[in-house]
Amino acid sequence: MSRIKSLFERKNKNVLNIYCTAGYPKADSTVRVIRALEKHGADIVELGMPYSDPLADGPVIQQSSTVSLGQGMTIKKLFEQLKDLRTQSNIPLILMGYMNPVIQYGFEKFCADAAAVGVDGLILPDLPEYEFETEYGAIIRKHGLDFIFLVTPETSDDRVHRLDSLSTGFLYAVSSSSTTGSDKNMADAGAYLERLEKMRLRNPVLVGFGIRDRASFQQAGTHANGAIIGTAFVKALQNSDDEERSVREFLAGVL
Amino acid sequence: MKKQTYTTPNEYGYYGSFGGAYIPEMLHRNVEELKTRYLDIINDPSFKKELDELLADYAGRPTPLYLAKRLSAQFGTNIYLKREDLCHTGAHKINNTIGQILLAEKLGKKRIIAETGAGQHGVATATVCALKGIQCIVYMGEKDIERQAPNVARMKMLGATVVPALSGSKTLKDATNEAIRDWINHPDDTHYIIGSVVGPHPYPDMVTLFQSVISKEIRAQLKEKTGTELPSSVVACVGGGSNAAGAFYHFLDEKEVELVAVEAAGLGVNSGQSAATSQLGRPGILHGSKSLLMQTEDGQVVEPHSISAGLDYPGIGPLHAHLFETGRAKFLSATDQEAVEAAFNLAKMEGIIPALESSHALSALTRLSFSKNDHVVVCLSGRGDKDLATYMKYIK
Repeated sequence: MSRIKSLFERKNKNVLNIYCTAGYPKADSTVRVIRALEKHGADIVELGMPYSDPLADGPVIQQSSTVSLGQGMTIKKLFEQLKDLRTQSNIPLILMGYMNPVIQYGFEKFCADAAAVGVDGLILPDLPEYEFETEYGAIIRKHGLDFIFLVTPETSDDRVHRLDSLSTGFLYAVSSSSTTGSDKNMADAGAYLERLEKMRLRNPVLVGFGIRDRASFQQAGTHANGAIIGTAFVKALQNSDDEERSVREFLAGVL
Repeated sequence: MKKQTYTTPNEYGYYGSFGGAYIPEMLHRNVEELKTRYLDIINDPSFKKELDELLADYAGRPTPLYLAKRLSAQFGTNIYLKREDLCHTGAHKINNTIGQILLAEKLGKKRIIAETGAGQHGVATATVCALKGIQCIVYMGEKDIERQAPNVARMKMLGATVVPALSGSKTLKDATNEAIRDWINHPDDTHYIIGSVVGPHPYPDMVTLFQSVISKEIRAQLKEKTGTELPSSVVACVGGGSNAAGAFYHFLDEKEVELVAVEAAGLGVNSGQSAATSQLGRPGILHGSKSLLMQTEDGQVVEPHSISAGLDYPGIGPLHAHLFETGRAKFLSATDQEAVEAAFNLAKMEGIIPALESSHALSALTRLSFSKNDHVVVCLSGRGDKDLATYMKYIK
């Protein structure tokens, strides 16, 4: 059974998924951040692969990508950093990124190498369902990786069901129509999350975008299985020279 | 299922292996709405009537097809210039923005966003927004805002808000990213007027259709002047490729017409300072479609270079990538220096100062061979007023 699936069998409320950018704040921070997140109570780590043109991201995550790329981060280096992770850590790990660097690496090789280092799932927001179904989905499944689609308040019920049926692991509910780190808040998301809850989806639902602290995390948990925090955590790592301390302090403010 | 030809992508927006709609879910509803409705709207008789009236009375179409006699003598053939430089706002860009503003009205949108590099598309968008009294926000790289002050002033005078793109390399590709991010954040009331034949399906097809008026007129005008509808060659510059798509469109399926796309070689194709995407690019995904893309080995997008801000883009439209891959179009390039020489040559030979972009197309004439009975059409996509500061550096 996949690590993500067994996590949700153990725990189906207040699941906390933390996003961080690979190779940030320092080139070699990746594994230290993952281990600290596991130690201090995160349930899933979503690791962003930096890209020069991250369309769905706001300024904070863009900036972390720029810094990481400037420090020489590549997908190849990321897999080297992760190669011994599973001897030290059992936290479910998802890679998030944009299609272009992945297809340049070679999509099949990417999935094989990700699976080999113990990655559990993928989020590729600019991989559309048509291309997923006709070309890439089979490769992802062949290597035993989960694939997580996004839905938004604008996504119709029919389409939510469809994307839910294509997803494994969980479904990523974007809380508002925005890029990451916008100041739109969770207040208006209640009715939408309630609608998703009533749809009795196959997958657990994690809410992302606009979750930044204990209050928003709790609120997200009322109608979903948990939440994803990205921008607020990346901010907490800015200029950090002690990743574990930054992680501990950040999670103490959420959990 | 719609059959895919050179003129029409398949229902998923593919021209051969290029195209598609690689967009995050946050854009799905808006792009799907466009995809479902654009053809019905464009083909509606009342839409066509309004578009034709504006193209005629406001943009100044049809633009002349001018037999450039002294230039023809120089190259030993018959060279016709399609005078898009005589359009309102000084370039072909207005053909697309008029079409899209009418489409935005039909879709009930109240707010327009656009990206711009040199500012030509930004000015053409601000112009049609003023015409229709619709709010207009133009994203422009911070570096381009510094380099293109007169066009920034024009947009502001036309009532647009110009927002600097501060991310990445602070030029056209980043302005496009910022416009797309704006669209993600405003899903209800906003239409994004993309300026070239790039972006997710249906944009490449939609912009091509709005620009195809160029080749429609060329066919009719050539028939009137020479008795034949089909030129031997059509030559156009390609950045993203909108004027080339428009100039090629009605000849795509006429195999005897040679299509020549001219890219910007910058300081030289292999200088590391170039924008010749077909030579330097590999298949990749940027701004929502799969095409040829200048990028590093790791798939990070590379910042191109050209003396012409309108050709300074790391990709080309998926139609052009397909024309390149299948060999339907011949791809040439011109360096900064060659383009400037071609501009000065046209000014002296014909009394026309061309835009730097169009000068790349003119420069290719020196590398093509013609016979004396050929009819060669060059798309003179824009006028050179905006480039005077650059040209002044070369006046001795």
